[in-house]
Amino acid sequence: MAQQIALECRNITKTFGKVYANKNCNLDVRKGEILAILGENGSGKTTLMNMVAGIYFPDEGQIFVDGKEVVIKSPKDAFRYKIGMIHQHFKLVDVFSATENITLGINEGKYKLSEVKRKVVEITQRYGFVIDPDKHIYDMAVSEKQTVEILKVLYRGADILILDEPTAVLTPQETEKLFNVLRRMREDGKSIVIITHKMHEVLSISDRVAILRKGEHVATVNTSETNEAELTELMMGKKVDLNIQRSEPKNCVDRLTVKNVTSVDENGRKVLDNVSFTAKSGEILGIAGIAGSGQRELLESIAGLHHLASGEIVYLDPKTGEEENLRDKTPIQIRDLGVRLSFVPEDRLGMGLVGNMDIIDNMMLRSYQKGKSAFLQRKEPKDLAEHIIKELEVSTPGATTPVRQLSGGNVQKVLVGREIASAPSVLMAAYPVRGLDVNASYTIYNLLNQQKENGVAVIFVGEDLDVLIELCDRILVINSGKVTGLVDGRTAKKDDIGFMMTMSTENDSEEA
Amino acid sequence: MEKSDKKIRTPLFHIAKREAMPWYFGVIVRAVAVVAALIVAGVLVAVLTGKNPIQVYATMFDGVFGHSDRIWNMGQKVAILLGISLAVTPAFKMKFWNCGAEGQVIIGGLATICVMVFLGGKIPTPLLLVIMLVASVLAGVIWAVIPAVFKALFNTNETLFTLMMNYVAIHLVAYFLKLVAKDGSGVLSPLPQYGLPVIADKAFLLNILIVAAVTVAIYIYLKSSKQGYEISVVGESENTAKYIGINVKKVIIRTLVVSGAICGLMGLLIVGGTDHTINTAVVGGRGFTAIMVSWLAKFNPLVMVLTSFLIVFLEVGSDQLNTMFGISSSIADILTGIILFFIIGCEFFLRYKIVPNKNRKENA
Repeated sequence: MAQQIALECRNITKTFGKVYANKNCNLDVRKGEILAILGENGSGKTTLMNMVAGIYFPDEGQIFVDGKEVVIKSPKDAFRYKIGMIHQHFKLVDVFSATENITLGINEGKYKLSEVKRKVVEITQRYGFVIDPDKHIYDMAVSEKQTVEILKVLYRGADILILDEPTAVLTPQETEKLFNVLRRMREDGKSIVIITHKMHEVLSISDRVAILRKGEHVATVNTSETNEAELTELMMGKKVDLNIQRSEPKNCVDRLTVKNVTSVDENGRKVLDNVSFTAKSGEILGIAGIAGSGQRELLESIAGLHHLASGEIVYLDPKTGEEENLRDKTPIQIRDLGVRLSFVPEDRLGMGLVGNMDIIDNMMLRSYQKGKSAFLQRKEPKDLAEHIIKELEVSTPGATTPVRQLSGGNVQKVLVGREIASAPSVLMAAYPVRGLDVNASYTIYNLLNQQKENGVAVIFVGEDLDVLIELCDRILVINSGKVTGLVDGRTAKKDDIGFMMTMSTENDSEEA
Repeated sequence: MEKSDKKIRTPLFHIAKREAMPWYFGVIVRAVAVVAALIVAGVLVAVLTGKNPIQVYATMFDGVFGHSDRIWNMGQKVAILLGISLAVTPAFKMKFWNCGAEGQVIIGGLATICVMVFLGGKIPTPLLLVIMLVASVLAGVIWAVIPAVFKALFNTNETLFTLMMNYVAIHLVAYFLKLVAKDGSGVLSPLPQYGLPVIADKAFLLNILIVAAVTVAIYIYLKSSKQGYEISVVGESENTAKYIGINVKKVIIRTLVVSGAICGLMGLLIVGGTDHTINTAVVGGRGFTAIMVSWLAKFNPLVMVLTSFLIVFLEVGSDQLNTMFGISSSIADILTGIILFFIIGCEFFLRYKIVPNKNRKENA
């Protein structure tokens, strides 16, 4: 029984300069189904959907809604055809409440907030959302903001919802909640398109999977008739072995000891609460926790970028055996002590790299101060840039291309490559594979493993629990700034970690 | 909704980003923009004044290049404007919006004239010149560093702060004139005997040479020095600067020392080099025009030579129009506006292209 087709793209082509983002793409979305669009980064998933949502206009090809050809020139046009897209980056006004954000930009002739609120509550009940319509955006967690974005689209009466990597910012539990909501929408007859590159999500939520590769539509398969290996092969165009080679830790000695570290933000809230742990050489220590549990502050404290209220961070020099307290030292002071600390921050282009500078100048960030001369020395950074481009297969027109113009995976290769190049004894990486495709992710995992085998103490902050369990030797779980568990990566259960990440710590904080 | 029943119409064209273009493409587009601007401005002038546009342009050209005196005059004007533009550029590259060049220059000039008035004739000339240099540079530095310190320590808004400092500086000059011009006229007669030395009998040559040297120095400073690199990093992303251990506060203050020093030096060149006196309009808004010069050149000191020349050409040329044809200076301002509009507008075509939609024919 053929289901009715809600949306069809026929021979869509879109070019950016000489690059084909999409080439003769054909895609159809049925009524009442969840279609996953799977593809590596840069395979044109988002571009294709942006054309349906009116952000871009196709160079060639046609779009049909309910069998009729349509021209979508703007998001407004898209809404007229009941198409709504939830973008990866939220577009909300921070100082407005959920309801105000939802009604923003709609001209219904009258502005009656109570009426809007009534409708919003109706929608939330129908699909099982949990949200306070009067809450302001600045008070919201990421998952709540996402809910507002989805409500915005539903409120405008969308029947076709497109979600661009919705789970990238969610915990496993939040993801499950979102999926339940999506399933209810499907039962209600809505068509849902979900863009993702997480394989297990595709298998658990979708009815069909459309696979894009290098801008072209490769195949659409029924989820029930496929498996991970087949999807990966379709996506990559070749068979790939997706296993992380975890070696046994060797010569483990204490390298970095964090003792009773506490830090307070400007509102007096404890972002780190009595955190203690030890990172050992030759092992990967994973840090798990829901977003904003203090991971960033913890790593920044070690790197000398975050002020501590109390506690100690002690580095044990592998050569001299001496202890150095790094607390309240600036990054320069830490470097001058001979501590070889490398840090791959979460915010790649806003912190780790300078987007408008080329690869060579970005290499120089770590090394430019070397030497007494008042002038820059660009020879070494140039060699390093060329070495990294070659070794890590960075796809770039050249070493003088601004980093901003590279794709996410290549940006990360440049950053990780630079941090590893300084032969660190401690390597910290925060969400190093966020937004990276499968290939690039495994390149990064392998680099971290190599560092571990070289005797580096690696600290890896991750969000994908499957990866943490596969990659790390030990996993530290933090929750609202507190350590709630330390488990062995080889024996840990995903659910247990998930529980430690979310279990209530309210009683403790009341006592404190 | 009847709209969906309307015949489907695809837009005529869409706008797409350009990929990297060869360098000469930029030159051609900009040249076309200038020619187009001249044509539009010429037509406008012809319609409004009834004058032959070619004659108008010839007059402007003559006003700038017509005589060796005029060329020297133009060179001097370009030098000063360029110098002030160079001064604001390091701050701008750091995204510190220094709108106080006007005040920093005039305070440098005030320091110069103070030295000339109070020490002139009392100490040997070489010493006098050294003190003039030190005083003017120091005054400019102080005027620029005050807002920088507040920015670094308390994150105050540097735009407002530097603007306010301008008024203080200008009124200090007014007060100074009241003190020294005892006849109450508020005009201080020039003191050429205490001015900067004249080389090769050309009054403006020294100024031009100094600014040329500063241009090269700033170009190298921004491009190849470690400090210049730190300026770029702080300007692009303060977080990155902190991450690699740059002391952001220090860089802000140090950069404004450079900025203020060059402004002070320009004050010396204006007061000590050419005017030999001071009045409240001695900088005449060039502290603000410099912002435009710097931006138009995208902060490249070498390109600033061209952009400051362009601004001076329009200014001097329109003065000439005024004298020759009695064309009101408002018309000249309109010309300037049109030409700048075209030059800034052509940036769009450098970054984007307009692509006709291919599938239009199929639907038609």
